[in-house]
Amino acid sequence: MRPILMKGHERPLTFLKYNRDGDLLFSCAKDHAPNVWYADNGERLGTYKGHNGAVWSCDVSRHSTRLLTGSADQTAKLWDVKTGKELFTFRFDAPARSVDFAIGDRLAVITTDSFMGNQPTAQVKRIAEDIEDQTEDSALVISGITGRINRAVWGPGNRTIITAGEDATIRIWDSETGKLLNESDKEVGHQKAISSLSKSLDWSHFLTGSLDKSAKLWDARTLTLIKTYVTERPVNAVDISPTLDHVVIGGGQDAMNVTMTDRRAGKFEAKFFHKILQEEIGGVKGHFGPINALAFNPDGRSFSSGGEDGYVRLHHFDPDYFNIKM
Amino acid sequence: MAAGKIRWGELEEDDGGDLDFLLPPRVVIGPDENGIKKTIEYRFDDDGNKVKVTTTTRVRKLARARLSKAAIERRSWGKFGDAAKEDAGSRLTMVSTEEILLERPRAPGSKADEPSASGDPLAMASKGGAVLMVCRTCGKKGDHWTSKCPYKDLAGPAETVDRPPTSDGPSALGASAKGSSYVPPRLRAGAPTDSGHDMRRRNDENSVRVTNLSEDTREPDLLELFRTFGPVSRVYVAVDQKTGSSRGFGFVNFVHREDAEKAISKLNGYGYDNLILRVEWATPRPN
Repeated sequence: MRPILMKGHERPLTFLKYNRDGDLLFSCAKDHAPNVWYADNGERLGTYKGHNGAVWSCDVSRHSTRLLTGSADQTAKLWDVKTGKELFTFRFDAPARSVDFAIGDRLAVITTDSFMGNQPTAQVKRIAEDIEDQTEDSALVISGITGRINRAVWGPGNRTIITAGEDATIRIWDSETGKLLNESDKEVGHQKAISSLSKSLDWSHFLTGSLDKSAKLWDARTLTLIKTYVTERPVNAVDISPTLDHVVIGGGQDAMNVTMTDRRAGKFEAKFFHKILQEEIGGVKGHFGPINALAFNPDGRSFSSGGEDGYVRLHHFDPDYFNIKM
Repeated sequence: MAAGKIRWGELEEDDGGDLDFLLPPRVVIGPDENGIKKTIEYRFDDDGNKVKVTTTTRVRKLARARLSKAAIERRSWGKFGDAAKEDAGSRLTMVSTEEILLERPRAPGSKADEPSASGDPLAMASKGGAVLMVCRTCGKKGDHWTSKCPYKDLAGPAETVDRPPTSDGPSALGASAKGSSYVPPRLRAGAPTDSGHDMRRRNDENSVRVTNLSEDTREPDLLELFRTFGPVSRVYVAVDQKTGSSRGFGFVNFVHREDAEKAISKLNGYGYDNLILRVEWATPRPN
């Protein structure tokens, strides 16, 4: 593979997201403008300017018309994907961390950090079809979690909301009432903060990555642990291949320790594991720092990784990748 | 195809040398059923000569190019934000000059731990294959007694500490010197095990250096390779402390010097893991 290197950000990457057709790639970084790229050749299509802080995550609507971003400037913004125009701003009293559109794009869940004595929350917002009707009101506020919520996503059929964060516990909430339905087992679950969460294509299971150097695969309904993938680095980013039984796990040691270690010893590769056999398939090197974001193209033929080094690396798989036998 | 040179006088004044109207039009032939497309163009070279350029290209349809209508439409969107301002020279997107491979943890097709089906035929032949001999160190049957185990130096260090040092070495060829000769205090049982100097001395004997090993080679692999020539007392592969990968060389100590000679003559230049091994006598380290 000859990866395509995209240097659109000046600060470490935080999040990567493909649209549903897999032709656009959205990248968020600690600089203030998310970028959108053509996912085949890596050409930059545009930037979304308006945030005044690090952008932690984004989500794009099913038909690639609207982009939702959550930022440390205590806002989440809705954007017109095509023109880069800012459509609406949700203001919070704490940095917005994770954003996720529900199926149908009429609802979105946005999490806020604990900040100045505030509790971290996950808030459900209604997304109006006509932007004129859009309001800032929350349909539901989930609170009572200690520690930052690093990821909150919608469960199967929009019935639940799944949160995961610094307290190493995964929780499933009722998306109508806000009642806590289920909690991950402390014994088998992660031991340290959960940094990332990625759903499978059919939404039957999801993968979490944690600083305890492992990634775990969970049933999305019952929250039973299905598989565990053990690596030798803190995990910052995970994703599940949409076509093959592969998962990709990325991470690396803490950014503050990077300069003190040999690059070869830094473990900055994206590691591929077989989803079922839990065996390591291989690693893809390249970043000069930990990997903060990973995403498979929805067609399964390429993936991109974003690192602390500010680069997005877009990898189109070689043909022999698809014939790997375990 | 050279045409007559154009004279200065024939040029119109402010034409800037653009004589393309004098050239025959571009011809495109194909693409035919094999996807071969020919383009014939004419241009002027630096000397004003007319040159015919025929470009043959193969047009390939991308079998996987299943783009939705919306995606095709998005292709023609105008750039916005910072992307609208950037010129072609800004080079935000580059193709890596480095070929990056999906690095497999082990070579495809090989098993993690292959059971040794062959055993070591040379040793078997010389020992006559007594089945009752079971080595307690390595568990191998019919090959050697525990005291003669070629792997005993590979066994855990806890075991080597409480062994009397005189019977420790592989050079104990029937010379059970215990009690009959003087044993220096630092070599006596129970003495502090700071015997590194002495170990090196012994290890220099019948020691074979193996270089150009592949990175995947581990000590058991090397042992597997070398034990066919005779009992091996020590195998060592140099490992990079930071990465944990092999540094590409190692040492093998034989119990018998003739076995080592045999191994050198047979294995020097031997292809192993796509690399040509270099096997030679290890030169003693200068003090």
